[in-house]
Amino acid sequence: MRSNFFFLMFVINYSFAAGGGAGLDDAKLDPSDGLSIQRGAKTFVNYCLGCHEASYMRFNRLGDLGLSNGQIKEFLIFGEKKVGDTMVNAMDREDAELWFGIVPPDLSVIARSRGPDWLYTYLRSFYQDDKSTTGWNNTLFPNVGMPHILWELQGIRELEAGEASRLGQKTVTKMEGALNQTEYDSFVRDLVNYLVFIGEPARTLRVQIGIVILFVLSIFLVLTWVLKKEYWKDVNQ
Amino acid sequence: MSFAKSAVKWVDERFPLSSFLKNHLTEYYAPKNFNFWYFFGSLALLVLVIQIVTGIFLTMHYKPDAAQAFASVEYIMRDVPLGWLIRYIHSTGASMFFIVIYLHMFRALIYGSYRKPRELLWLFGMLIYLCLMAEAFFGYLLPWGQMSYWGAQVIINLFAAVPFIGPDLAVWIRGDYVVSDATLNRFFAFHVIAIPLVLLGLIACHLVALHEVGSNNPDGIDIKKHKDKNGKPLDGIAFHPYYTVKDLVGVVVFLMVFTLIVFFAPEMGGYFLEHNNFVPADPLRTPDHIAPVWYFTPFYSILRAIPPMFGSQFPGVVAMGLAVFVLFLMPWLDRGAVRSIRYRGSLYKGWLSVFVLSFLTLGYLGVKPTSVWGQFGAWLGGADRAVVVAQICTAVYFLFFFLMPWYTKMDKTKPEPERVTL
Repeated sequence: MRSNFFFLMFVINYSFAAGGGAGLDDAKLDPSDGLSIQRGAKTFVNYCLGCHEASYMRFNRLGDLGLSNGQIKEFLIFGEKKVGDTMVNAMDREDAELWFGIVPPDLSVIARSRGPDWLYTYLRSFYQDDKSTTGWNNTLFPNVGMPHILWELQGIRELEAGEASRLGQKTVTKMEGALNQTEYDSFVRDLVNYLVFIGEPARTLRVQIGIVILFVLSIFLVLTWVLKKEYWKDVNQ
Repeated sequence: MSFAKSAVKWVDERFPLSSFLKNHLTEYYAPKNFNFWYFFGSLALLVLVIQIVTGIFLTMHYKPDAAQAFASVEYIMRDVPLGWLIRYIHSTGASMFFIVIYLHMFRALIYGSYRKPRELLWLFGMLIYLCLMAEAFFGYLLPWGQMSYWGAQVIINLFAAVPFIGPDLAVWIRGDYVVSDATLNRFFAFHVIAIPLVLLGLIACHLVALHEVGSNNPDGIDIKKHKDKNGKPLDGIAFHPYYTVKDLVGVVVFLMVFTLIVFFAPEMGGYFLEHNNFVPADPLRTPDHIAPVWYFTPFYSILRAIPPMFGSQFPGVVAMGLAVFVLFLMPWLDRGAVRSIRYRGSLYKGWLSVFVLSFLTLGYLGVKPTSVWGQFGAWLGGADRAVVVAQICTAVYFLFFFLMPWYTKMDKTKPEPERVTL
């Protein structure tokens, strides 16, 4: 009963994910799956961090998932950064504007503005488009400046023959990638899980503390109720 | 004499401590028939304290600087120990303040608590409500997200619609030609010191006025008509201990609701913390859909419902201002023979029901784009359905007030009881 109630509160909180929810695929995330988040972290530093930053997120915050500083240094940090540093890159803002037409957005809280389902759908919606400067386009985010950085994994998709590019357009496989569709979906799911984690690293702690406080308050409720009953005996006559 | 007693005596000879506690707690008599609706006054005071305390801690870490504000909020959310908790309590508290105040005001409507001799009490309350709106508006800019920025831009532009002086007025408010660092700094000053000071003063006046005239009650009758030989109202009970212990139960229930939100749904589906506000303010990119936070949306809907006239948005702005101002007039608009809804006739009950329905509908429509319900066919000029509904609701909203002197007078009321009913 109680767990149902908590679930309901989660649904209230996350069901109105930004972007309206229409036409988005359900990311089916499990935010308690630490291994999935770790795999996502690996993907993030390998594929995203070159252009995007997560400038509010410190590497050692991944310690919340049980990673030691040594592990973080060994697997996730390239170059001279320290574990207490934030996830920033060395890309010049002007270069970025020149290459993509826009500075790639900071991803620290992207999961909180876009919502997990949007990110999950977006990263699976790229297709080849010769008309765009990067050679890529996206059915969820038409004319996006970002190229399909994961194409070697997903393969190359293109619009169905004869269709003009528009929102929500169907695409077909042009070339197989290193992963099959199920594998690629789960690869993206891990990355989105990681983005949700860095959006609010305190989330797990928040829920834990909340349960304790509710428990304490329910004891207070009984006590104050009994106190009120006792005092009010002499009213209402 | 024990030490405690002599200490109190020492103080009493220099400061009216005991008599103050007597007058306002142990021998302040409140009607014994308070119901559910009477929890929200003390809860409002509780939320005020919560907001002030969490606000002080937020101020220790927040940077009112356009270049650093957004990052400093994320710094609070991540690097300040339990900073996320302080911030969520403050953001949840803002919305809960309005929920509590709206329920508190609704209580006054149904039981006629604004009626003579409580007109000033009501006016102080309305001024508090105005301050609260200003406080929320100024505070909402501080996280410096897209909604903070564009929300402020939209609201300040309302002042630009004032004829003749409008554009200059808007620049004067912003301190710049667009919402900028200068705006952020002054809004910070208003949010953390100017408005809270006024708010505290008004709340003190609200309470002094309340204790001067005494509380109304769900029957809307005067308990001071029947007193015992010591001058204590027969239907009154001492505020302390009876209502302090009762309010304590209300406080715990309220805190449980508060906890559920803060710890399990702090964004409240994007209504308490809007998704777009997790995008840093960008003066060059207007969001597709700018909606104020939920507690302003009924008035925002009224603004949108009034079409521009003579190429000016000013009529809409006037309507929105009037929608708030008209509430001040309640004590003089209501000419009913009784205070409480329990003894009113169907006329008042009917008007109150459609008023509440309109207010809620306007609130709902205010968070949605005007295209939310599609368009009417060509026979109505293809007008947005939501706009037409908002216009009808706006009309009902104002008619509730403007016709009040007549329908309250004509209403067939029931006789009030001599003594309070439980």
